[in-house]
Amino acid sequence: MNAYNFAYLDEQTKRMIRRALLKGMAIPGYQVPFASREMPMPYGWGTGGVQVSAAVMTPEDCFKVIDQGADDTTNAVSIRRFFQATAGVAVTEKTAEATVIQTRHRIPERDLVEGQILVYQVPIPEPLRFLEPSEVETRKMHALEEYGLMHVKLYEDIARHGDISTSYAYPVKVEGRYVMDPSPIPKFDNPKLSMAAIQLFGAGREQRIYALPPYTEVVSLDFEDYPFQAGRADHDCDLCGADNSYLDEVITDDAGGRMFVCSDTDFCSERREAGHVGALGVEAVA
Amino acid sequence: MYVAVKGGERAIDNAHDWLAEERRGPEDVAELGVAQIKTQLSLAVNRVMAEGSLFDPDLAALAIKQSRGDLIEAIFLIRAYRTTLPRFGYSAPVETGAMACDRRISATFKDVPGGQVLGPTFDYTHRLLDFALEAEGLDRAAEVEPEVHPVMPRVSQFLNKEGLIQDEPRPEVDETPGDLTREPLELPAARPLRLQALTRGDEGFVLSMAYSTQRGYAKNHPFVGELRIGTVPVEMEIPELGFAIEIGEVVLTECETVNQFTGSKTEPAQFTRGYGLVFGQTERKAISMALVDRALRWKELGEDDKGAPAQDEEFVLYHADNIQATGFLEHIKLPHYVDFQSELELVRKLRREADMRQQMREAAE
Repeated sequence: MNAYNFAYLDEQTKRMIRRALLKGMAIPGYQVPFASREMPMPYGWGTGGVQVSAAVMTPEDCFKVIDQGADDTTNAVSIRRFFQATAGVAVTEKTAEATVIQTRHRIPERDLVEGQILVYQVPIPEPLRFLEPSEVETRKMHALEEYGLMHVKLYEDIARHGDISTSYAYPVKVEGRYVMDPSPIPKFDNPKLSMAAIQLFGAGREQRIYALPPYTEVVSLDFEDYPFQAGRADHDCDLCGADNSYLDEVITDDAGGRMFVCSDTDFCSERREAGHVGALGVEAVA
Repeated sequence: MYVAVKGGERAIDNAHDWLAEERRGPEDVAELGVAQIKTQLSLAVNRVMAEGSLFDPDLAALAIKQSRGDLIEAIFLIRAYRTTLPRFGYSAPVETGAMACDRRISATFKDVPGGQVLGPTFDYTHRLLDFALEAEGLDRAAEVEPEVHPVMPRVSQFLNKEGLIQDEPRPEVDETPGDLTREPLELPAARPLRLQALTRGDEGFVLSMAYSTQRGYAKNHPFVGELRIGTVPVEMEIPELGFAIEIGEVVLTECETVNQFTGSKTEPAQFTRGYGLVFGQTERKAISMALVDRALRWKELGEDDKGAPAQDEEFVLYHADNIQATGFLEHIKLPHYVDFQSELELVRKLRREADMRQQMREAAE
């Protein structure tokens, strides 16, 4: 792949993206417009995340890609291969070893540390989009800090269902200012959004970048009498026995049989290697 | 026993191999040549160049071959290639008035200087399948008289002389228009950006938007003032030389519509225009573009906002690009089971709570 620059994008484009990233870091939760490029994978398949990863990547980095928490889902494989081919960086499935982690729909279970960068793929960066389709209007609402509509929506949920009926892409408020879409992570992951690592969000098709610097205050929207609750399946992982991880429900037969397993495959395999065994698991072979 | 599914890598490799086999098809049928696509499927090549925003018939033909004839996929290949190309500079504006026209018609005048030239058009063909084309080897090109390219002044100029049609507005300062492919789209967009978005927009989308204006959603009856298709030279100023030289030529389709007049107390009635300019012989697209351009000019021309989709700049510009649209549409094929799981948990919880409320009601009765 010598025909292309390191990590595919040319240096001018990277510079443009880095400027947007710096602006995003300076105004946490604010959506910065950037001149997203057409990438050799489709819009909606992680082009924003890929451009952000390409802009922050150095030859010394160790790169990890997860989709739904797993390293071996097809699109995660495809993106990892893309950077292996265009940047030649080391790749890993271990959360602890990675310096740059690109993710879709999950935050790793293991606490990230200073020096790590978590890059999110974002389909629709605008948390108000489902309430107001016009971008001109929503930008105005952010500028005026006019978030009443969002609270009305959450209130109507409670009035209708007795609960806030948003289970993923649950809106948050950043440092008491911008309402932000944390990308479609399950709300189980929301409490992890205040963390030691840098979090960068890239929306390629919508041409927006936003960011959370380390230790930023991120609060999930709620009401005093209906406080935010992070939900997960009421089970333990059937492979590693973890009772605190986000679980996938896997259908095992056509008679209602199912099992629950950690969505974070690295977390689960580390636990099994350490000797933990779930209800349907087998002892790790030493 | 369930074993966590591994094998994404192998599955991808196998899928790619299978795809390559399907693309080639049975080997007892001759392979399709890129030159054949370029010359015999040239209207497909034109569409790929127009929506791929890259005038290169060879690459467009290659993309069509690689994409098995899926034109949106071919456009995607061209776009992804195009973004990697360095920008040496910008050409001088092309002079479409000096176009060497293969086709030039006006619907507003019976005859015009330079004449009406039908050119290679489907317009008056009867759409009957020509089974003779099935018999390969008998397909001979018809003999055509050698092309002559008389001077063809623009039709709108004739109206303009009498002041009957509005001049194209010129900016006060001659500034370089924005570049949709280098800067993020921000609204409201200036007309040059709108035209850029329309010329690379999906043909089907732009066509339907234009059609909606004809049927009454922001109705603005257009006449095709002029449609011209032909070759124009592209010139670029070379800094070392200090003057412009010709670096190549491109085929363009240009459409100017003449639309119903407007006028006010201060300005007498005047016709207005819509403008379409597209790579290659792509007249359906160019006409559609002109209609949508005209509909989007409502504010500038002091017309009412009728709430029609074709008047809504944000709606049109954000949804015209088929590469953005198809990517986002098709991404729902990717796994979403983490989000789906959280929805499952929520629905189960809501049903449990509803159940409990029901039981309490029954117990109370």
